[in-house]
Amino acid sequence: MEESIAELRETFRTGTTKSVSWRKKQLRALLDLVNENEDSIFQALDQDLGKSRVESYRDEIGIIKKSASYSLSCLDKWMAPKKGELPLLFFPAKAEVMPEPLGVVLIFSSWNFPITVALDPLIGAISAGNTVLLKPSELAPACMSFLTQTIPRYLDNKAIKVIGGGADVGSPRVGRLVLTAAAKYLTPVTLELGGKCPAIVDNTLSNPSKAKVTAKRIVGGKWGPCTGQACIAIDYVLVEEKLASTLIETVKKYIKIFYGDNLKELKSISRIVNQLQFQRLVNLLKDPHVAASVVYGGSVDEEKLVIEPTILLDPPLDSEIMNEEIFGPLLPIITLKNIEESIEFINSKPNPLVIYAFTENETFKKRILSETSSGSVTFNDSMVQFLCDSLPFGGVGQSGFGRYHGKYSFDTFSHEKSVLHRAFYPELEPRYPPWTNFKLAFLKLAYALDYFGLILLMSGFRKS
Amino acid sequence: MILSQKHPDSHALNTPQKLTLPHRHYRRRRSYRPKKSQNNVNHVMASEEEKKSVFDVESAKEVVKELRASFAAGKTKSYEWRSTQLNAMLKMMEENEPQIVAALRDDLSKPELESSIYEVAMVKSSCRVALKKLKHWIMPEKAKTSLITFPSSAEIVSEPLGVVLVISAWNYPFLLSLDPVIGAIAAGNAVVLKPSEIAPATSLLLARLAADYLDRSCIKVVEGAVPETSALLEQKWDKILYTGNGRVARIVMAAAAKHLTPVVLELGGKCPVIVDSDINLQVATRRIIAGKWGCNNGQACISPDYIITTKSYAQKLVDSFKCELERFYGKNPFESKDLSRIVNSNHFARLSKLLDEDKVSGKIVHGGERDEANLRIAPTILLDVPQDSLIMTEEIFGPLLPIIQVDKLEDSFDVINSSGTKPLAAYLFTNNKKLKEKFVATVSAGGLVVNDTTVHLAEHTLPFGGVGDSGMGAYHGKFSFDTFSHKKAVLYRGFACDAFVRYPPYSRGKLRLLEALFNGSFFSIIRALLGWFKS
Repeated sequence: MEESIAELRETFRTGTTKSVSWRKKQLRALLDLVNENEDSIFQALDQDLGKSRVESYRDEIGIIKKSASYSLSCLDKWMAPKKGELPLLFFPAKAEVMPEPLGVVLIFSSWNFPITVALDPLIGAISAGNTVLLKPSELAPACMSFLTQTIPRYLDNKAIKVIGGGADVGSPRVGRLVLTAAAKYLTPVTLELGGKCPAIVDNTLSNPSKAKVTAKRIVGGKWGPCTGQACIAIDYVLVEEKLASTLIETVKKYIKIFYGDNLKELKSISRIVNQLQFQRLVNLLKDPHVAASVVYGGSVDEEKLVIEPTILLDPPLDSEIMNEEIFGPLLPIITLKNIEESIEFINSKPNPLVIYAFTENETFKKRILSETSSGSVTFNDSMVQFLCDSLPFGGVGQSGFGRYHGKYSFDTFSHEKSVLHRAFYPELEPRYPPWTNFKLAFLKLAYALDYFGLILLMSGFRKS
Repeated sequence: MILSQKHPDSHALNTPQKLTLPHRHYRRRRSYRPKKSQNNVNHVMASEEEKKSVFDVESAKEVVKELRASFAAGKTKSYEWRSTQLNAMLKMMEENEPQIVAALRDDLSKPELESSIYEVAMVKSSCRVALKKLKHWIMPEKAKTSLITFPSSAEIVSEPLGVVLVISAWNYPFLLSLDPVIGAIAAGNAVVLKPSEIAPATSLLLARLAADYLDRSCIKVVEGAVPETSALLEQKWDKILYTGNGRVARIVMAAAAKHLTPVVLELGGKCPVIVDSDINLQVATRRIIAGKWGCNNGQACISPDYIITTKSYAQKLVDSFKCELERFYGKNPFESKDLSRIVNSNHFARLSKLLDEDKVSGKIVHGGERDEANLRIAPTILLDVPQDSLIMTEEIFGPLLPIIQVDKLEDSFDVINSSGTKPLAAYLFTNNKKLKEKFVATVSAGGLVVNDTTVHLAEHTLPFGGVGDSGMGAYHGKFSFDTFSHKKAVLYRGFACDAFVRYPPYSRGKLRLLEALFNGSFFSIIRALLGWFKS
């Protein structure tokens, strides 16, 4: 590995990765990689996680294609220096902020979206002109193998390397380890973690057509992406007591339509990644009080690593399922007397990556925005914020720090260097010692940008 | 000690088991006595002469608890609170300038003009910028949405991070304490400020003034040295901004890592100055002097550290320096009131060691005089010190200026890049357009200035921060506000136009339509829809 890193440093030093043509060439090559190997990617995702083609396209291939194309189309603009405004005092001078690559960067990706979470940051790192070492997760071995073998065939080997292996990344525990290691070298870090992402549902449920859409989006947003094994999957739902049964019935209906009536007939849904995660999820249901709160589903197939979509109603708040990030197909529904209590409920837990809120009440929306803290907030939908290139994707507090997607990826992997160009004339004598009261007065006025005061001072109408 | 023998993280970090911060042995002096006597109960002191209470981990926990409660109560979030605090800070600086200047003179023998301008005026200017722009900064930013999420609208909302810690440095103790605090307040956070114990008079004054002028339930100053800093670092903060050196920065970041706390590190490095020959030499020399000895006598993170020029020009440059130095500081610089002293005996010894190294001591071409009793070293220029000497490998942070000679000026870029570390700033004096372009393109540093030194610090529209070993993150102006904010993405969707293509059961038709949607072209969407209707 040291050799690989040394080679990456050397390549960066030669300046190859800085040119816009190199960056565009790599991005186009990445597009070719995805276009020409769609079937292999579908197969690998099916093998690792049981993802269907539509899910794989929607959550992985499509995202990468969109991201690479978007970066290609914006790259010239992103690379251009940003002009800074300068006060008259500096005249004549020019200020700009120039993005430059950081150098050699490391990307750890996770197993649940093994293509997206590997290649999307890679797109950002390449766009910003860095050399990259990519470590895909070994917990998605087919995808890891695909990336390890295919990337060298398409991308510049001297600048982009893939190394297999890597622990389960994405949790706060591993985040701490990474950050501690980075501290030794003063390496800046972006941590994309997770958390318990809540979905608040208010009385829009009273409207049947909105209730339908809400239920579809909750079901689609919970079990659609990797059967709930997603950092932005809905972890639990908050609803008023009196609307709970409406919600549960509608959600059940759509579970059956989307995924089938029971465990044996399950379709269009991924599986649990491995035995360890499977056991972890099964154990969440072992607590008798938790098991007693299951109102739908709960069946498991250990051999196929499948757990059917499961709904729980008011499991105990001190149970593990309500304190650990679930990261699986179990959906607790917590009832409240009044939906406004959801704010306090959410604030009693660490900041999540995203808060979902199904409501049309503008006051409530404002309260949610100002009184809770999360990476992002999405109103009346789930998951789709991930598709917006203009929105920063990242966490806060325990859900992480730093952000990417779109230009934020480019910025995250860049150093914004400020550049000030000055001329030799005019010269401001008061800058230099020996100090006098006049010079002090002059500089005070200058710093306050009090041009009129300066004129008065210099023309003798103002005492120093 | 943060990294004592027993500290659990010390082995993990592979750092020296015993940490000594470089400024530990500061000279004992009479404590600064504030003009008004105050019964201060809201700041905690741990000076050697007056140990009223020990600030330990429990105390730190209490402080954070109180601030978290204030933050949770929403005290710091309103525009009114933020602007009241910023106005109070402005008033604080306006009404106490003489005391501030006196404290800086006590701690650093800082000339009045440097104190008034680089500390007081800059803090005031920073307050004014924040006050003027705050409403605009607080407003959410609209974000575009695309066809994929149609219909929708999006925005990015700035929210405070919560409770933040600012650890400041001794060389610009007011500026480097209050400038970050201004950003933290503007962004709506509760703040703890830990000023440097190496500048005890200013630390005490800051604590007193903050308690008198600012909201004590949300903004606190904790004085002290390593034990107090360690106690603070054990707590969970929502962000830490540290100004200082790389060694302590690693400790701060490792402590922050335990709580997943993001950090901004404002460090330093060896800031090079490349000097071309076809320039206005007098102006260039003066600007280098202003940035070097005019900034706390070289004890500034962005002071020119060393110069690179051509062999043919070096002597001219040295002569110009001699001339201008005398013009500014007189024949005997020890008599000039316009130079700060070296902060303490520890640093004095460190700088003396740089000069006394065998391969360096014979290279002094100007200055070199020392007065240990008064902690003074004359402006000193050295010519052609070896690249592997201490003075060329460590950040100087003092009034010594080595000049390195190269055959042609283009070689200077290799000299800078071969050091393996990126400085906080780099400077170039030239009229050659190509050289300017190459400089900007190849030299990586926090910030660059062409034909001047250090002035970029005063420009609030430029982000001020380092890269690599010179630090991470940036602040000043809106960058301060952004650094202490979480930029929350918000997507608004409606219930209408629910895209069936998202939901199972999945089919080939849905796959094609999804592909078309991602593609973003209307034509392919229509084609997919037609194909859908056909099947």
